[in-house]
Amino acid sequence: MLKTFSIGGIHPAENKISAASAIEALPVPAMVSVPISQHIGAPSEPLVKKGDAVKVGQVIAKSSGFVSTNIHSPVSGVVDKIDDVLDASGYKRKALVIKTEGDDWDESIDRSPNLVRNISLSSEEIIKKIGEAGIVGLGGATFPAHVKLSPPPGKKCDILIINGVECEPYLTSDHRLMLEKGEEILVGTTILMKALKVDKAVIGIENNKKDAIEHLKNLATAYDGISIQPLKVQYPQGGEKQLIDACIKRQVPSGKLPIEVGAVVQNVGTAFAVYEAVQKNKPLFERVVTVTGVSLKKPSNFLVRIGTPIATLIEAAGGLPDDTAKIVGGGPMMGKALSSAEVPVTKGSSGILLLPAEKTSRKPVENCIRCSKCVSVCPMGLSPYLLMSLAQKAIWDRAEEEKIMDCIECGSCSFTCPSSRPLLDYIRLGKAKVGQIMRTRTK
Amino acid sequence: MSVVLITIITLGGLGSLAAVILFAAAQKFKVFEDPRIDQVEEALPAANCGGCGFPGCRAFAEALVKADDISTLNCPVGGTTTMSAVAGILGKEAAQAAPMVAVLRCNGSCEHRPRLNNYQGATSCAVAAALYGGETGCSYGCYGLGDCVEACKFDAMYMDPETGLPVIIEDNCVACGACVKACPKSIIELRKKGPKSRRIFVSCVNKDKGAAAKKACAVACIGCAKCQKVCPHDAITVENNLAYIDYDKCKLCRKCVEVCPTNAIHEINFPPRKPKTEQEETVKETAE
Amino acid sequence: MNRLIVSPSPHIHSGDSVKKSMYGVIIALMPALAASLWYFGLGALIVTLTAIAACMFFEFVIQKYLLKTTTSITDGSAAVTGLLLAFNLPSNLPIGIIIVGAAVAIGIGKMSFGGLGKNPFNPALVGRVFLLISFPVQMTSWPLPIVSASSYLDASTGATPLSMLREGLAMGKTAPEIMSQFPSYIDFLVGNRGGSAGEMAGIALVLGLAFMLYRKIITWHIPVAVLGSIYIFTGILNLSNPLEFAPPIFHLLTGGVLLGAIYMATDYASSPMSKNGMLLYGVGIGVITVLIRVYGAYPEGISFAILIMNAFTPLIDKYIKPKRFGEQVAKQ
Repeated sequence: MLKTFSIGGIHPAENKISAASAIEALPVPAMVSVPISQHIGAPSEPLVKKGDAVKVGQVIAKSSGFVSTNIHSPVSGVVDKIDDVLDASGYKRKALVIKTEGDDWDESIDRSPNLVRNISLSSEEIIKKIGEAGIVGLGGATFPAHVKLSPPPGKKCDILIINGVECEPYLTSDHRLMLEKGEEILVGTTILMKALKVDKAVIGIENNKKDAIEHLKNLATAYDGISIQPLKVQYPQGGEKQLIDACIKRQVPSGKLPIEVGAVVQNVGTAFAVYEAVQKNKPLFERVVTVTGVSLKKPSNFLVRIGTPIATLIEAAGGLPDDTAKIVGGGPMMGKALSSAEVPVTKGSSGILLLPAEKTSRKPVENCIRCSKCVSVCPMGLSPYLLMSLAQKAIWDRAEEEKIMDCIECGSCSFTCPSSRPLLDYIRLGKAKVGQIMRTRTK
Repeated sequence: MSVVLITIITLGGLGSLAAVILFAAAQKFKVFEDPRIDQVEEALPAANCGGCGFPGCRAFAEALVKADDISTLNCPVGGTTTMSAVAGILGKEAAQAAPMVAVLRCNGSCEHRPRLNNYQGATSCAVAAALYGGETGCSYGCYGLGDCVEACKFDAMYMDPETGLPVIIEDNCVACGACVKACPKSIIELRKKGPKSRRIFVSCVNKDKGAAAKKACAVACIGCAKCQKVCPHDAITVENNLAYIDYDKCKLCRKCVEVCPTNAIHEINFPPRKPKTEQEETVKETAE
Repeated sequence: MNRLIVSPSPHIHSGDSVKKSMYGVIIALMPALAASLWYFGLGALIVTLTAIAACMFFEFVIQKYLLKTTTSITDGSAAVTGLLLAFNLPSNLPIGIIIVGAAVAIGIGKMSFGGLGKNPFNPALVGRVFLLISFPVQMTSWPLPIVSASSYLDASTGATPLSMLREGLAMGKTAPEIMSQFPSYIDFLVGNRGGSAGEMAGIALVLGLAFMLYRKIITWHIPVAVLGSIYIFTGILNLSNPLEFAPPIFHLLTGGVLLGAIYMATDYASSPMSKNGMLLYGVGIGVITVLIRVYGAYPEGISFAILIMNAFTPLIDKYIKPKRFGEQVAKQ
C-alpha cells in the first residue's frame, strides 16, 4: 500500500498529456509586462522608471516588507511604461512594461551548464541570497521562500519536505523538471536543508510519475539525508498539510503552519530555483510552464521569461484551438480562469490549460440532496454543504465555529457535487468575510 | 369523600407552592424596563431593516430612549413623520432629515457596455467580484447578479432582463441602505430625494482613464470635467477621472446634463425639455 | 473566437449528477424487482407500475399546478420513491389504496417540505406507514409466493414468518418449535416466503447493495450499522434465552430488514452526513427495530425505526461532525 493523506480526497482523470514533451526554452518575447505583485504579501516597490535601461536579472522592484520579495527584469531593454495591466487576478494592477533589446544578462550570473555541488555559503547567507533572488513558492501559492525558511522563534524544524506531487490534473512542469534537472533539484534540496539546519529531507512524488521516482531514487543515493517517497495518486496531495500527513504522518493543527509539527515544505520548482540562485547567482526571472489541453496541437512544457503574454505560449504550442471555452492559469482544480490571453506569465504560473466547453461548462444548480459526498471528499474533514449555506445566509460566527478558515480551497467538494452546487464559490466568499472579521477582532 | 379531600389538598398545595416559587422568581429576576421603550417601538415602522444602524426596531427604540440628544438618530423608513412622533413621546428634539432614496450609479446596460466574457460562477455579485473585474471591460460597474435585489426587504428593486441592471422603484424605496451595503462595487448611493423627486447625478463610477472607460462602456464618465466647468454652483468635483455631484450643493439647473459628451449625467423626474427640431421631424414622420 | 467562460475554480466536474444517482438506485433495485415478479407475478407487476406511475403523476401535478415551478420528474427521484413504496406493499393491495399511499408519500412526505433533498422523512416510508395505520387489514394480508403468481386481488394469503413467530410465542410455544416449521434460511435468502413485494429475496437486495457500493452511490456505513446492530442485539437476546428469542440470522433474513437497511435507511435526504453520524443512526435503527419486533405491538418494526431515526438526523448532524484534519494533534 502506497502512502497518502488520511482524510477525504478525490481522483480526477489525470490527463497528463504533456508529460512526454521535454522542456523547451521559448525565444525572448519582444515585450514583457511584469506585475509588481506576483507573490503573497506586500507588492514590491518599482526601482526603475520609464525610459530606464535594464539588464536581465537586474532588480527592478524591491521587497517592501518582511512578507514581500524582489522582482528582477526577465529581459534586457528599456522600460516602456508603468501602467495598469490585466493580470491573473482578474483586475488591472500595476506592472512594469519593458521593451526587449537583445539579451544582455547581468555579469554576475553564471550561465554555464556545469553542475555546482559544493555549497560554500552559511545558513544565514543562503536565506539572505534566496530572499534577494526573489524566490517564491513555485507550486502556485507564491509565498516568499525566505520567509518560510526563517522559522519563528521557539519553533524548531526537523524535516524538509519537497513537493514533487503535482496532483493537479494536466500539469507536468514539475514532472519534467524532476526528469531533466534531477541533480540540480537534489543540490537545491541540500541547500534548503542547510538553510533550515536539518539533516533529513523527503521528496514526495505521486506514483503516476514512476520515471521521475526511479530517476531521483538513483541520484539521491549520492546525497545524504534525502529520501524519495512514492505516494498514491490522490488529489489534493500537493496541499502542504496533506503532503506532510502523507509523508511523515503528522497532522498540522487547525489554524497553524507546518512548522508547528516541525516541517517545512517547498516545491521541486522552488528547490531548482534555489539551486540556480545560490550556486549560479541567477535570480528568479524565468520558470517552466505547462501549456496543455486536449484539443491543443502540441501540448508542451516551456521555459519562459516572467512577463511573457500567455498568448505567445499558446501560439508556440500550436495556436488557440477553436473549441476553447476557457483559459485557465494553473491546473483545472485550483487555477484561475482568465478573461484574456494577454495576461502575463508570473512567478506563480505553473500551467496554461485550455478547456473546451463540454469539459468545463457548469451544469445548472440543483437542490442539495444531502448525499454527503462533499463531506466524504473534504481533505480537511469539514462539512462543505453546511459552510456554503452559512456563507449564503451570512451567518459568519457559525461559519467560523465550523472552521471555515481551515478550508484549503482545493475544490474537491464542488468537483464531486452531483447537484453541481457552487460550494467552493460561497465557501471562498465566507473565508474572505470571516478572515476580515477575525482580523478586526485581533486589532 | 376522603378521596375528594385528599385531591383538593394535594392539588391545592401544589398550586400554592408553584405560585410561591413563581412569585419569588419573578421578584428575584425582575428587570426594570422603561415603559417608553414599548411606546417608541410602537411608533416605529417595525420593518426591522437595520437602516438606522441598530439591529432591529427594538434596539433602535432602546437607543432613542437612552440618548439625550436624538437629532443624530434617524429612521430612514418612517422619515420625518415617525421621528417627530417619537420626539413627541420622548419630549426630545428630532432631526429634520431630508428624505433619501437609493440611486444606481451605473448605466452599463448590455447595449452600452459590450460583454467580453461569460461569467459562470455562483449567482452572487460578491463571489464574482472576488474572482475578477466582470464580464465587461469596465471593472467598476454593475455585475448584474442581483445581490442588491436579494438584500432589499421592501420590494423596491428588481433586475431588468433587458439591460441586465437593477431598477429601483422609488415609491417603495425607504433608503434603508441594505442595497448599498450589499453591493461589492459601491455603485448604489443614497442621495437626497430632491424637490418633486427631481435629481441629477453622474451614473458612473468608473475611475479608468477616459479612453479606457469609453472603450469599455459608451456611457461612461470619462472625467473630461466639462460639467465641472459649466456648473455655476460648485457642486461637481472630478477626482480619479470621475465626476461626482454633491447633492447638497446641486440646484438642479441641468446645465451639466447638456454638456456631458457621453450622457453619463442623468436627470430624473424632470418635465421633458423642449424637443429638438430633429425629434420633431421624426414625430411628424411617424404621425404621417 | 467565442467569448471565454470565466468562473471560480474548480474548472472540471466529476460528471456525477442527481439523475445518475437516482437511476443507479433504480438499477440496483432491478434484481429485487425481478424476484418479486417471479414470486408474485401479476400482482407485483400491477402494484409496482401503479405506485411508480402515481408517484410521478403526483410529483408532476404538484410541481406544475400547485407550486408552479419547473418539473423534475425526469430526475428519477419520484420513480425511486414509487418503486420503494411498491416494494413495501403486499402484492394484492387494491389500486385505490396504492394511489392514496403514493399521494401521501409524494404530497406529504416530499413536496410539502420543499421537494427533493428537503424531506426530513423517507417519503416511501411515510406513504407505507400511513397505509399500514389506515388499512391494517389489507396491509397485513400477505400473498403466498409462487402459488399466487398469476393472481392479483384474489391471491391466497398467509402469514409472514415474523407474525407466525409472534403468534406462536403468544400461544406459549418456544422459539425453536416455531422455527422448525419454517423453510430453511436458504429459502429465506432467495425469497421463498410471505411478505411485501420487494423485501423477499435477500440475495437480490444484497446484489443491489454491491452495485451501489461499487458505483459509490452509498457508503457501507448505514447498512452495516443497521444489520450489525440487529445481529448483535438479537444474538445477545438469543444467547440469554434461546427458548424465547429467535436466532439472529432469522431476524436478518425476515421482514423488511434488508430492504430497509440497504435502500430505505440510506435515503440521502433523511440520513446523517458524517460517517460517525451514519453509524450512530444505523445502530439506532437496528436497536429500535429489534425492540419493536421483540417487545412492541407490531411483528415488524424497521419502517418505524427508520422514521424515528430520520427525526434524529438533524440532531445527529448538529452534534456529530466529521473527523477534522489535525484534530487529534490539537488535543494532545
